[in-house]
Amino acid sequence: MNFSKTLINGEEGLFRSDTLTPMQKLTLRFVVVGLIYFGFVVIEGMLMRLYEVKPLPFITEPQFFAILTAHPLVGIFGSTYSIVCGAFLFLVPFLMKKPLWSIKMGNWTFLLIAVGTFVFWFAGFVSHYSPLYTLYWPLPADFSQFSVWGGTFFIVGIALVMIGTALFIINIFKTITYTPDGWDKQPSGALLSSALGVTGFINLFRKNKKEHLVPLPVAAVARGSVDMALNTLTILFTGVLILVYMVGSILGFDLKETAIDALLYKNWFWWGLDLIADGLVLIFVAGTWYLLAMLITNKPLFMQNIARAALLVELVVSWTVWSHHLLSDQAQPAILKVVSGEMVTAFELITQGLAFFITLATLWSARPLKMTNPLKFLLGGLLGFALAVPAGIMQADVGLNRILHNTQWVVGPHVHVAILVGLTMTLYSAIYILFPILTNGAKMHSQKLVNVHFWCHLIGGIGMGAFMGMAGLNGMLRRSLYVNGEFNIYMIFAAVSGTLILIGFLAFFYNIVMSVGLKGVLGIFTPARIKTKDLLPAA
Amino acid sequence: MVDSQMVLTGQTIAYTAYCIVIIMLVAWFALKVTGKGNGKGVKPALFYTFVGFLTVLGVSLHLITYNTIPWTHVDLNRSDYTPDKTFSITVRNHQFLLPSEKMIINVNDDVLFDVKSEDLTYGFGLFREDNSMLFQMQVVPGHRNDVIWHFDRPGVYTIRSTEYSGPKGVFMIVKNAVEVVPISAAN
Repeated sequence: MNFSKTLINGEEGLFRSDTLTPMQKLTLRFVVVGLIYFGFVVIEGMLMRLYEVKPLPFITEPQFFAILTAHPLVGIFGSTYSIVCGAFLFLVPFLMKKPLWSIKMGNWTFLLIAVGTFVFWFAGFVSHYSPLYTLYWPLPADFSQFSVWGGTFFIVGIALVMIGTALFIINIFKTITYTPDGWDKQPSGALLSSALGVTGFINLFRKNKKEHLVPLPVAAVARGSVDMALNTLTILFTGVLILVYMVGSILGFDLKETAIDALLYKNWFWWGLDLIADGLVLIFVAGTWYLLAMLITNKPLFMQNIARAALLVELVVSWTVWSHHLLSDQAQPAILKVVSGEMVTAFELITQGLAFFITLATLWSARPLKMTNPLKFLLGGLLGFALAVPAGIMQADVGLNRILHNTQWVVGPHVHVAILVGLTMTLYSAIYILFPILTNGAKMHSQKLVNVHFWCHLIGGIGMGAFMGMAGLNGMLRRSLYVNGEFNIYMIFAAVSGTLILIGFLAFFYNIVMSVGLKGVLGIFTPARIKTKDLLPAA
Repeated sequence: MVDSQMVLTGQTIAYTAYCIVIIMLVAWFALKVTGKGNGKGVKPALFYTFVGFLTVLGVSLHLITYNTIPWTHVDLNRSDYTPDKTFSITVRNHQFLLPSEKMIINVNDDVLFDVKSEDLTYGFGLFREDNSMLFQMQVVPGHRNDVIWHFDRPGVYTIRSTEYSGPKGVFMIVKNAVEVVPISAAN
């Protein structure tokens, strides 16, 4: 097949969107939009990398900070949430062997996350709204530098994403517990208990142990969704709070710092935000590793009961670690810094270390394995977290935080390596393993391009983290600009690493488009011809 | 005496060594898991040993830093220390209002920096002439933000806000605001 035919019809014309079920289409829509937003993030990241080396003439300084504000939010909500929600809305019913509770609700989740991300991104693009520190929205609210209306639309966008997330959570728990039409009544209480880990916990104390009604990866999704729910509530509440400040400003009242205690608010918000970074991400990732290891090896998980217990511990740990973000806040009580900030946070080394070991041990038990695309990306994801978690544990130390807080170290070896290498490569592994299932047997266009994607992403991600880390250890702050080129040598190498990631992403995107064809991509967004609640078409 | 530069050098060496080991370990695993194998599983004893290792590692990191990084104990128990000198600094409208144009400190003085914000959340950090960081803290409005630092060698330091407070925050820099001088020079 020649180039133009492949571009239009996909590799060997194998992908036919009219054979897809509504669930397959829904999942693929999430993935496509998630990847488009990932493209936004990579391009934004590259623009900022170049700007850090030398200010670009077509980007003003307020625009640079607007990009800096939108970049992590588009990455987390627009890209990661889209891919994760799409994958789990498919995998939970797949593993529970029953249909999704509500496809309609799934479609609403898709729309709200996609549109909400665009709304806050566009509000930032137009108004240069940029008061946030990564995901942290500081109070007192500053209206001397930022447009109130820009902020209002920014909040509306975030709120839409959060409502979409809330619908996702409801759909997941209902899917676990509901009884499909024509089925015997399902024990919803027992299913919920198993999903949340209560059954496993009680089993520790009784002789006749009850069986687990919910597969381990579903338990991980359920427990991660608890953190997602708490986080959604926190962000929604905060959005309303900031909105109150904005309405006050529009009406001529300045609430300033007297309205709400800035430190108390900081504790509250970091508690809620940390449920993403130290909660649902780690739990979802561990669950995905377990699922991938089981699918790749076709074997049960090594130390399955311990893995379930570790997921429960991780959930509790995620509720109590927020203080590591406030180790440089001198009014924060020392007991909170030591217990929550240092000691409980160190537990993440253990829980994530266990997930790392259990996944590797499961793979090891099935030797010899073929180095498939899902396996190589899974190993990349495992390496990413093995590099990033210890970096985080180091900065969560009272002594070291005094000289690391808010430097490029935090955002380089910890955040970027965790997200770009650990999380994203795990998601790529899931995409590669789900690709033939979701496309009814479409063929990947080029294995060489998969390899280019893998190596460029792995080396680029680790390289970027390393050079940002070196800059941080030499004093370079994050969310700042060095107009005299003080750290140019590190930023140039970080930009080169970023270019590798961009090349890897372009190779991946081109490969996917050539695999399913432009007709196929468009077909994903048309209504499904097959009217069924089943996940896959009847054989 | 151990200073922040030495701590960072130690951290760089330790973390770099760890990265090399873990990358080699995963690469070795990737080779072995796709090589010849008999499908035998991993013994639980190895798993429990690994758990024990992680526990020891997690706990020992903080014990080591608490006992080797000189400012950690001071930081957690600031009220027990009497500084040789105190500087009260106010931050307002993205500007540091310093007690004097240049803050002079004697070598080996313990100095308390008491920084107050009258509007937004800022940061307060001292940086060496090569741009590396000496220390930093957050400056939260409505609360006391203080840090005690022992200056054991002469030097000139720049103050810089270490927390993002909008685009204006980038320019919150006071060049060479702090100078540490030998006692003879101060006299």
